[in-house]
Amino acid sequence: MRSILRTLDRDLARDIGLVCLADAVVGLSFGAITVSSGLPLWLPMLLSLLVFAGAAQFMFVGLIASGGNPVAAVVASLLINARHVPFGFAIGDVLGTGRLRRAVGTHLMIDESVAFALAQRDAERRRAAYWACGVGLFVCWNVGVLAGAFAGTVVTDTDALGLDAAFPAVLLALVLPSVRDGATRRAVLAGVAIALATAPFLPSGVPVLLALAGVLAGLGGRQAPREQETAA
Amino acid sequence: MTGAATLIIATVVLGAGTFAFRFAGPVLRARTELSPRVEKLITIAAVVLLAALVATAALLDGQEFVGFARPAGVAVGGVLAWRKAPFVIVVLAAAATAAGLRLLGVP
Repeated sequence: MRSILRTLDRDLARDIGLVCLADAVVGLSFGAITVSSGLPLWLPMLLSLLVFAGAAQFMFVGLIASGGNPVAAVVASLLINARHVPFGFAIGDVLGTGRLRRAVGTHLMIDESVAFALAQRDAERRRAAYWACGVGLFVCWNVGVLAGAFAGTVVTDTDALGLDAAFPAVLLALVLPSVRDGATRRAVLAGVAIALATAPFLPSGVPVLLALAGVLAGLGGRQAPREQETAA
Repeated sequence: MTGAATLIIATVVLGAGTFAFRFAGPVLRARTELSPRVEKLITIAAVVLLAALVATAALLDGQEFVGFARPAGVAVGGVLAWRKAPFVIVVLAAAATAAGLRLLGVP
């Protein structure tokens, strides 16, 4: 932990802090919405500790609160979380060694910690960003949810604060530097097109997974110039 | 309303399933020998996933169009990020744009 703090510079620490703060406010609303929809006080807290994935938690609570089948709610939420498999494949080296450390690091894998890690240049900064963001968000998210569950309807409409636009903007700002690379840009454009085209017809989580097919576009584009070279 | 025992079991199953997803990636990675080319492809795949998340989260609420305020906010953030504005400005501008448009009555 001490080496992580040493590697984090002030800019990175401030950026992560801002995301943690915003996440705490969304946590407040998650706790409040869950309890005010008639579900028990402990449910949002248990979900936040054990699942620790905002989108899936909102989906789960939404389905249960509207009288949905619990099995269907679990399946729908798991579909949303399936993206963690490729995430882990990409950033698996930041977890470090040792069983406990790896288990904790595994649980801290969320969109923001992955995005912050991918945006760093070298391995040491990747690890520092991942852990700082993961630990920070875990604490802020759970404290927010706890406060929201008890305090009730202080902040239920995070849309009025524009936080629903802030979170995509966070991820966008973190992935944009990678998109300056040609192969990545082609893959991203194809993947986004696939996700948006399929989203109206498929359950949440699936379109994002289908976007992975866009990686093929990056591949194709990279090989094409080489083929032209040999032809010429 | 669903009973407490059912809710606990459902939460534990969801938590265990999510942990399994998170666990699988690093384990697979440790067990496979990756060429630099494959390594790059995997990084691209993660970026594609995040970008697809941005696009769907910016434009859609489930299967339906979310309204104009949120995508406008994300777009403002995107332009600022592209012009290399500081991260804090990007995030605050995105939130302020969406919140401001809603104050003006834009959905």
